[in-house]
Amino acid sequence: MEKKEGYLQEEEQVVNPWEVSAKDGGKIDYDKLIDKFGCQRLDQSFVDRVQRLTSRPPHVFLRRGVFFAHRDLNEILDAYERGDKFYLYTGRGPSSEALHLGHLIPFMFTKYLQDAFKVPLVIQLTDDEKCMWKNLSVEESQRLARENAKDIIACGFDISKTFIFSDFDYVGGAFYKNMVKVAKCVTYNKVVGIFGFTGEDHIGKVSFPPVQAVPSFPSSFPHLFSGKDDLRCLIPCAIDQDPYFRMTRDVAPRIGYHKPALIESLFFPALQGETGKMSASDPNSAIYVTDSAKDIKNKVNKHAFTGGQESIEKHRQYGANLEVDIPIKYLNFFLEDDAELEHIKKEYGAGRMLTGEVKKRLIEVLTELVERHRRARAAVTDEMVDAFMAVRPLPNMFD
Amino acid sequence: MGYSKDQLLARLKELQIDFSQYEHPVVLNVEAQAKYVGNMGGALSKNLFLKDKKHRYYIVSALADTKVDMKVLSQRLGLGKGGLRMAPEEALGEILQVPLGCVTPFAVVNESASHVSLLLDKGLKTQECCFFHPLSNDMSISVNVQGLDKFLKSIGRDPSYIDLEANPLVGKDQPPDLAVLVPSGSTVLPDFPEKAPSLQDSTGNVSAGNNSASAKAVKPSVNVQNVKKKSVDGQRPSIPSADAGKFVEELLDRASALLLSEISEDSIKQHGGLLGAEVANNFRKCLTEDLKNLATIFKNTAYTEGFYAGTHYQTKRP
Repeated sequence: MEKKEGYLQEEEQVVNPWEVSAKDGGKIDYDKLIDKFGCQRLDQSFVDRVQRLTSRPPHVFLRRGVFFAHRDLNEILDAYERGDKFYLYTGRGPSSEALHLGHLIPFMFTKYLQDAFKVPLVIQLTDDEKCMWKNLSVEESQRLARENAKDIIACGFDISKTFIFSDFDYVGGAFYKNMVKVAKCVTYNKVVGIFGFTGEDHIGKVSFPPVQAVPSFPSSFPHLFSGKDDLRCLIPCAIDQDPYFRMTRDVAPRIGYHKPALIESLFFPALQGETGKMSASDPNSAIYVTDSAKDIKNKVNKHAFTGGQESIEKHRQYGANLEVDIPIKYLNFFLEDDAELEHIKKEYGAGRMLTGEVKKRLIEVLTELVERHRRARAAVTDEMVDAFMAVRPLPNMFD
Repeated sequence: MGYSKDQLLARLKELQIDFSQYEHPVVLNVEAQAKYVGNMGGALSKNLFLKDKKHRYYIVSALADTKVDMKVLSQRLGLGKGGLRMAPEEALGEILQVPLGCVTPFAVVNESASHVSLLLDKGLKTQECCFFHPLSNDMSISVNVQGLDKFLKSIGRDPSYIDLEANPLVGKDQPPDLAVLVPSGSTVLPDFPEKAPSLQDSTGNVSAGNNSASAKAVKPSVNVQNVKKKSVDGQRPSIPSADAGKFVEELLDRASALLLSEISEDSIKQHGGLLGAEVANNFRKCLTEDLKNLATIFKNTAYTEGFYAGTHYQTKRP
């Protein structure tokens, strides 16, 4: 079988929008991934620059290297410095009702970007994609899209600067015109090469990629960006979405648009460890936004994979293996205080702090997070979803 | 108090739904019912009242000879292999408010059954008319499917007909096809009252049961009424209003809590006269994100209020 672009050979790791698996059941090699995909590492100079430009401390995900790769972020920042704004584009494939913390990560980061840079945001709910890939009915995928929209809104997006849309509702008009323009520039062979489609895949799948590509172009949203064809787009996403946007960036100049910029994140590890898979059928593999405080405590205590030693004596002697310890990794994502995290890592790694204490701190942090989300979610009504999803102008979107 | 047979019949007449009624001695099962109305031209129905492990209830209403495999149905609903059982007798009275042997799709007219999911056999559509009990086992009424639909729609239910004999594969890549028909309830963190489970109809309109008005100020600024039902008559759902008073109270609650925790004998000893500056600093550090989130929720709610009002505005022209 010839080597496909975006796919590595059988024995190596597989990263694409529908499958993520490490080599030999090990960890994902992100350096190799960056190399293979051809994107750039996000280094400290970027983080500092963002801090300077936005006059506020950079988000914890930037400080900790959760968002670690990018394409053309420097161009976005250059333009921003000159006074040229941009807009944000992110999305979700609504395949299930239950959202876990890993799902929230791109949204939490995007909210920070919206606040820090004071820019508008479009959020795409790919209900059509899930209808096709997960064989859901049209109604069910639309229903899930609306349910997920509520959790997304609960992340704190500003309604005067945010447009949420579902493909089934919005595709058409200017959006569809761009889809056709993009589709004309991508051969069947190319899309097979990027996404690995086979002769057995139905034509819906094959023609889907333009749907996820065109929100990168401001002309797809005439009610928002009419007359602003020059507006740049920044896409925060997990790195497995890179293939869609590699394709988009390839096509953009050929149809007269700016290439969208990307800022990409690591994968969120399952509770059972980096090598484990977070799966919808195993509720203990992740913390869900609907989990109660009791559930969270239980899941962390019973199911989180730790790097602690087998006995207290051994632990005090050798310290914990921070490389594989899930509580430490989760704290890396969610514990705001850099100093506290450093302290915990130091003490735990030296064996002076026990696994139980680390877990206890994690449970506190996660419970507070889920609690805050749940309260915000409770304030989201169907009317609010309707308003976020209405095709309406956003006159104050750059304020 | 549950709907009575007479109230139901009156309602059907009001809605101009055609039906024929047949009185007979009380019957407890389909065979007995068949003896009296089996030859009257309508198809007999069998009606099951089921419950799953999470105490959610379902009425399955099917043609008498449609095969209903509980294991398959359970899987298709996403409840696993043995997730469905017959509901206990008490539930019949409590939830459906009908006597034993009287399960009928009409039972969903009762408020107590508002969260019961109704699964209708698509086979019912193939018949000219079908027999159901009108909330009492001493009578059977035959209606056609359009009539049943009209009735269900009038009480805000969207009838969903399914192929009960189908046995589709359910697995990792093939999610349970009937999962949408499972009544949704939600888990809560402790300290908050149980949320009312929300109504789901098959077009995917979830009437929000997700809003609880807990005394612990769940939403800082929003006055939410419990369980908004989107009735098909186009009745206006209640829109929570952005309440400035509640919002400010919530902000002050957070601020006072932090203030009280910051000022203690120890902290006074430690900072003395500079305690004010220290606390002010901590306020910014600890509260900024939290209060911004509350403010965003308030803003979004106010915007939604305005948006709703604007989109429902009819200009009055002379």
